Amino acid sequence: MMEKLIFGRYIPGHSFIHKLDPRSKLMGAIWFIIIIFLANNWLTYLALTVFVLTAVKLSEINPKFFINGVKPLIWLILFTVILQILFTSGQTIWFRLGPVVISQEGMLNGVFIFMRFVLIIFMSTILTLTTMPLSLTDAIEFLLRPLNAVKVPVHEIALMLSIALRFVPTLMDETEKIMNAQRARGIDFGEGNIYQQMKSIVPLLIPLFVSSFNRAEELATAMEARGYKGGEGRTKYRQLAWENRDTIVMIAFGLLSVGLFLLRT
Amino acid sequence: MDIRFEEVGYTYQPGTPFQSRALFDINLSIKDSSFTALVGHTGSGKSTVLQHLNALKKPTSGQVTIGDRVITNFSEDKGLKSLRKKVGIVFQFPEAQLFEETVGKDIAFGPKNFGLTEEEGLAKARELLPLVGLDESFMERSPFDLSGGQMRRVAIAGVLALEPEVLVLDEPTAGLDPQGRKDVMDMFYNLYKNQGLTVVLVTHQMDDVATYADHMIVLEKGTVMKEGHPRDLFKEAGWLSSMQLGVPSTVRFAHELEEKFQWMFDPLPLTTDELAEQMKEKLADKAGESL
Repeated sequence: MMEKLIFGRYIPGHSFIHKLDPRSKLMGAIWFIIIIFLANNWLTYLALTVFVLTAVKLSEINPKFFINGVKPLIWLILFTVILQILFTSGQTIWFRLGPVVISQEGMLNGVFIFMRFVLIIFMSTILTLTTMPLSLTDAIEFLLRPLNAVKVPVHEIALMLSIALRFVPTLMDETEKIMNAQRARGIDFGEGNIYQQMKSIVPLLIPLFVSSFNRAEELATAMEARGYKGGEGRTKYRQLAWENRDTIVMIAFGLLSVGLFLLRT
Repeated sequence: MDIRFEEVGYTYQPGTPFQSRALFDINLSIKDSSFTALVGHTGSGKSTVLQHLNALKKPTSGQVTIGDRVITNFSEDKGLKSLRKKVGIVFQFPEAQLFEETVGKDIAFGPKNFGLTEEEGLAKARELLPLVGLDESFMERSPFDLSGGQMRRVAIAGVLALEPEVLVLDEPTAGLDPQGRKDVMDMFYNLYKNQGLTVVLVTHQMDDVATYADHMIVLEKGTVMKEGHPRDLFKEAGWLSSMQLGVPSTVRFAHELEEKFQWMFDPLPLTTDELAEQMKEKLADKAGESL
């Protein structure tokens, strides 16, 4: 199952979006999630859709992969949409059965919520597919920097984030290896009743934790041996550079926001 | 138990941007009671082949026959358990699979999964400890208190406890000291000799291949390049190095002697003993000539 998960992985490329500064991409994606709640009619949703599809086009990534990204969440989305359709009351009622009401407004709401989900997933997929996890942590560190003033350990948070991201694939490999080893010893993962399934997780979790402890200790030793003493007085190898195209993207987001304000009812 | 691969292909993550083909139409067979060495450069597909041997992976094309079971892409996952009991795999760095509170329980874990009682499993563990070079005092110790080499032995005992008919070893001696290496390999060899076990060894150690294996399969970029007796394959040192593989130290030394003294070694010596024997003969001849 893990193999099919597209969301949250990086595809190398040289498109316009790939070359953007991670800060502009991150701010854009967050801003997008905020302004999507401004949309409340067909025109605004149309504007958002055109915006997202343009971004997909600019990222030069096969659109199929975006649809694959939605697939794992499709049941959650449909569940929400159906609840929305069944329990929104409205003026034009098409069908009624006890508390269950299908109205035109409910239908419309359902469609809008569906679009909202899909657009947000598309937007965040663009962000993760075109940005290296490490650049993303650099961007987070930069954007959190003002919090230093209120004694938030921004450097430490960024360090933990980048180490965590770096070890996600390693731990995934490790999980797969241990799973295989235990399967070879006669464990059936994901079979039997809930109690049996939970029990079968133990031979996977304990070795994973043990190896994480060992790994952490080795990593800390190696970092100290290389002279790491904390954030104070460090320089940066990867410098973030804001360029014209980033300003253009910010302007595009600004125009979109203004447009939404004007078009919403 | 025979294992046969017919036109086996395997693709990782098909239908995603990360899709990559690991195996291309592989045909090979591992005969009952043989000692097969699977060698190849890193990334040649050895580990993928290995995971097909007990159906941890199913081929995306072609079919694998394990004993009387045929595994294809469409095979169901049901009933693979009995297969896994027959084909035991010792993965690379198997010490990572230990998890129970005591060594005894950990070794008994596999047998218990295949229906033995706790007592029977523990009895088996007690039986196996001396075989892997540990004594009974280890039964009650926590596996996490042991040294790396001892953990490795416990993990190997945990696989042997399944009493497999085929034993698959993925670099079982990686990271061990020279004595530990020899002990572990000799133990596997004795199992093969005395109990008629079929052994499949994946390794980079050509000396081990020369000393123990009677069949050798060379993989490169997901295809089988050559297979045969190690003695025949090691004759082609140039070809092997083009596969980024070496020859055993005895063979290298024999080649140097051939070049320097125009000696011809026939058959090609694979172990130090064989080499010494042939050198003795050659030197005796020489002494005879000069008299």
